[in-house]
Amino acid sequence: MKIVVLVKQVPDTETNIKVGDKSINEAGVKWIISPYDEFAIEEGIRIREKSGGEVIAVSLGPDRVVEALRTAYAMGVDRAVHVKVDDYVTFDSTYTSELLANFIKAENADVVIGGRQSIDTDSSQVVVQIAERLNVPHVAMALKLEFDGNKVTATREIEGGTEVVETSAPLAVTAQKGLNEPRYPSLKGIMSAKKKPVDVKKPDELGATGSKLEVVSLEPPPPRIAGRKLEAADAQGFASQLVKALREEAKVI
Amino acid sequence: MADVLVVGELKNGELKKISKELTSAARKIADAIGGKVHTLIITDNVDAFAGDLKAVGADAVIGANLGDFSPEGYANGIFAVIQEKKPAVVLMPHSAQGKEYSARVAIKANAGIVADAVALSVDGGKVVAKKPIYSGKAYANFKVSSDIQMFTVRANSQEVTPKDGAGAVEKSGASAGEVRTKSLSKDLSGGNKVQLADASIIVSGGRGIKGPENWPIIQDLADTLGAALGASRATVDAGWISHSHQVGQTGKTVSPNCYIACGISGAIQHLAGMGSSKYIVAINKDGDAPIFKVATYGVVADLFEVVPALTSEFKKVLG
Repeated sequence: MKIVVLVKQVPDTETNIKVGDKSINEAGVKWIISPYDEFAIEEGIRIREKSGGEVIAVSLGPDRVVEALRTAYAMGVDRAVHVKVDDYVTFDSTYTSELLANFIKAENADVVIGGRQSIDTDSSQVVVQIAERLNVPHVAMALKLEFDGNKVTATREIEGGTEVVETSAPLAVTAQKGLNEPRYPSLKGIMSAKKKPVDVKKPDELGATGSKLEVVSLEPPPPRIAGRKLEAADAQGFASQLVKALREEAKVI
Repeated sequence: MADVLVVGELKNGELKKISKELTSAARKIADAIGGKVHTLIITDNVDAFAGDLKAVGADAVIGANLGDFSPEGYANGIFAVIQEKKPAVVLMPHSAQGKEYSARVAIKANAGIVADAVALSVDGGKVVAKKPIYSGKAYANFKVSSDIQMFTVRANSQEVTPKDGAGAVEKSGASAGEVRTKSLSKDLSGGNKVQLADASIIVSGGRGIKGPENWPIIQDLADTLGAALGASRATVDAGWISHSHQVGQTGKTVSPNCYIACGISGAIQHLAGMGSSKYIVAINKDGDAPIFKVATYGVVADLFEVVPALTSEFKKVLG
């Protein structure tokens, strides 16, 4: 099996974000692998451990994403590829999916796995767009994956529960929390990851047609309606005030 | 013509509110760019929904019978309707299903797409879509430069405004085509009575509920309000409730009109999932909990006393 895992580098949730005109100010931002992509890396490694083959981690972004690829190496992937683009490109799912799909096509991969969404843009688009571009089936929100040759049986999350589906490789998968427990990189892994090669690809080499999105502006979040703490003598007092506030003031219930 | 196509959704044979929200939003866009609103519902019984959609601005209500949900089948059918109607703008729900088929539809139509938009406006004949990014710590405005502009839109983000459209009913011959993923079985037993993703009210419990045996206190309030039951990551990780209830970064992102957080301290990962709720009520003993920084109404008190009192008070006024 040749498995491609998609690794996106995103700001840590705890990081303070300073908004610029069309991008954020990166000074002081702590970068991490998007949490759902960790499930994707782990699953890629587990498939290889069972079925043999090779796991290739790909990350699209500026130079700093190489750190994320080093982490993927330390977890146990076999190769790492950096698709070098400016960070704003990652806002555009169709451009991103085109670059990645063209790379994956050239590699002739059997399985593509990414997180169910990245936690910076929350779009849930790229992996399924890649499936469409490669003309292969996909399983979204996977909770369990089993391979029997090319036959794939998967459990996935759907609205209100789970579904068991059957399909076949080549395919694309999005990883949901519950698919596995990502391993911690070993010290030995971290040390050897530093020396491993990272292959760099530029957009021209991947033959993509370009962006279909224009970033008009970024802005800080809208201010929240000023909150207030209610005062009451007892639970009953709080309850009646809340009911009144929600029905007469907010008019939401 | 610069028409707008809306993909609506049904749930258990009934029109989901998002279908009206998107039709209403499409009406405003179509009026600004000079076109018609077509709302597509995937059903063999489109007549049943035409009246409701016409009343919020649909000029045409299209029914397509694509069978049981499959992302590939829906994408094939929706793309066939796009080829026929040639809309300038397509609005789809950012629902569990919408996220899947929209990605395929965008590629088939060679369109740019903005996913999870919470506001739509028109500037120079193009739609501007606003969406939260970086866990709601910034908002981005995008325009789509391809001939067809596509958007998925978050539930509860658009107003439903009455406005009469022509409301003609059409039946499309679009079909699901080839589907390469076969559904073997579904298990809906562990799920929510009301879906979190499109609930207009959510009642959530956190570590403050102390143990799984106390969920009924939270569930009673949710049932009384017809609300969905949510949970913080701490309660899910402790095994008190299934992950399908989790709200937050590694759970679901929600935007209800009203979010009632009971015994939730408000970790930043939780706020990332519910911070765009219109009204937030926080009930927590710890007056310094970060949840109070975002709460519209804060109650510093014991949830085991306040929540049951609230349930009985609502029962009285809601009959």
